[in-house]
Amino acid sequence: MSTKSIYKGSRPISSFLLRKPKVRLISLLSLPMTWIVGVYIVSLFLLLITAFWNVDPFTSRVRPGFTLENFILIFTVPAYIATSIRTLFIALSVTAICVLLAVPLGIYMAKIANPRLRNFLAVAITLPLWAGYLVKIIAMRLVFTEEGFFNWFMAPFGIRGPGFSIPIVILTLTYLWFPYMALPVYTAIRQIPPNLFDASSDMGAKGFTTVYRVVIPLIVPAIIAGSVFTFSLSLGDYLAARFTGGATQMIGSIIAANINLNPPVAAAYSMIPIAFVVIYLMVARRTGSLERM
Amino acid sequence: MLRLSKLTRVALGIVVLSILFFMYTPLMVLILNSFNESQISGWPIDNFSTKWWEFARSYQPIRDALLNSVLVATGAMVIASVLGTLVAFAMKGFSFFGRGTVNILVVLPIALPGVVTGVAFSNTYSNFLTPMGFNIGYFGMIVAHSTFCIVMVFNNVFARLRRMNPNLQEASADLGAGLWQTFRLVTFPQFRTSFAAGALLAFALSFDEVVVTIFTAPPGVDTLPLWILKEVGRPNQASVVNVVATVVILLSLIPVYISQRLARAQEDE
Repeated sequence: MSTKSIYKGSRPISSFLLRKPKVRLISLLSLPMTWIVGVYIVSLFLLLITAFWNVDPFTSRVRPGFTLENFILIFTVPAYIATSIRTLFIALSVTAICVLLAVPLGIYMAKIANPRLRNFLAVAITLPLWAGYLVKIIAMRLVFTEEGFFNWFMAPFGIRGPGFSIPIVILTLTYLWFPYMALPVYTAIRQIPPNLFDASSDMGAKGFTTVYRVVIPLIVPAIIAGSVFTFSLSLGDYLAARFTGGATQMIGSIIAANINLNPPVAAAYSMIPIAFVVIYLMVARRTGSLERM
Repeated sequence: MLRLSKLTRVALGIVVLSILFFMYTPLMVLILNSFNESQISGWPIDNFSTKWWEFARSYQPIRDALLNSVLVATGAMVIASVLGTLVAFAMKGFSFFGRGTVNILVVLPIALPGVVTGVAFSNTYSNFLTPMGFNIGYFGMIVAHSTFCIVMVFNNVFARLRRMNPNLQEASADLGAGLWQTFRLVTFPQFRTSFAAGALLAFALSFDEVVVTIFTAPPGVDTLPLWILKEVGRPNQASVVNVVATVVILLSLIPVYISQRLARAQEDE
């Protein structure tokens, strides 16, 4: 190796950057921040601006201006209000079902299963996350179609599925996002110190009492962290409703249907899921759950 | 120990089995239906055949869609790898005002609903860029995908950088290496496995994405998920859709599998 490089000034750029950490930081951040802010944040901001524009009734082109009409439309047209409430109901139901399934699964994995079974289950729960979003919706469609698996499986019991409707949308969304709830809940249950269980049982608590009085309060932050995903991902979804919901419309359906016909209305309606998600994130942040994500 | 009665243990076991059944039955039904001889998917399958697989292999629109998917995912992976790594280095080496904001900015494109992200891009492209005489076309799709893939590379590289020994870089500088030389010979070899793992996850994420793609793909251009989306309503080719869906499952799982193997190899180092 040459000794030349030891001499001061032989690497002017490097030594300059080494002495100026601020310049180093700026040169690291400039490209990615230009991209994210310049491309994405500006797009979101332009969307907000478009929400105040209107559509020329003759040319059906977007026309710059300032009107609150689009927002008034969203909050007064009964169909839009009903869709917002329906979407909120679906997202909350998905979250509730995910919690109801994740807690027993987590208890089984952390406290009953042996290490091998536990690892197997952890992989088995994570794997479908990567199997493809649209693919899973199509798969649920195949299961619940008229001549599908569900009706065949349930035929001996004399049960027929409800067909494509809101309950199937809720099931499909649960299927899509369940791992996001299952994994943090399982991790949280595993982290509970074993002596808490001993103490609880020494004091005479039965299994259910321990779960209800000890486990549940300790895993609330994990449940909130998981629900950020199950809730906000369900809230913004519309393909599940389109393929497994029959005529069910969600907020996303209306945004998607309007983006070409009436971009300002689509833009205004986009603010609703953004607002829901931001409020939810703020509530979750107050409980301190976000640090666990 | 958590004391549960035998009955409760059995009940929990049944719940777990039901969950696994619920998670894997739809995928199994879909994959088996790709071998369904009939045009209409359903259950039970009467006759198995590979006829739709052979059809899909030589069907030009599917080949085009596969090529587009690979191109877009590769482009998004390359851009996201560079940007995600830069952010990871900035977040690791410095504590600065607005650090939390940078973190949120990286996560935001994936935290907001896909339809919002898609509509935002589409709105910018068609209501702002096109009137200004700039038609972004095919590249618009890659730009959108790159944006939400950054977080994948960032997460992986940042997690690795945090556990790395900073003294090695200082030693390298003391010995006279320039920043680039240090990066190439000292820093990069230490995090390249995480870098590759993050890049593969970015590829898988882009390959699988459909909602943002709907709004950003130029007319007449399909990715594989977009092709599925358009075909699924048409009853006459239902079984080909299942073939393509099975291919998407495989092509998203392979990068994830390799990525997991890389992550494990790194832990053993």
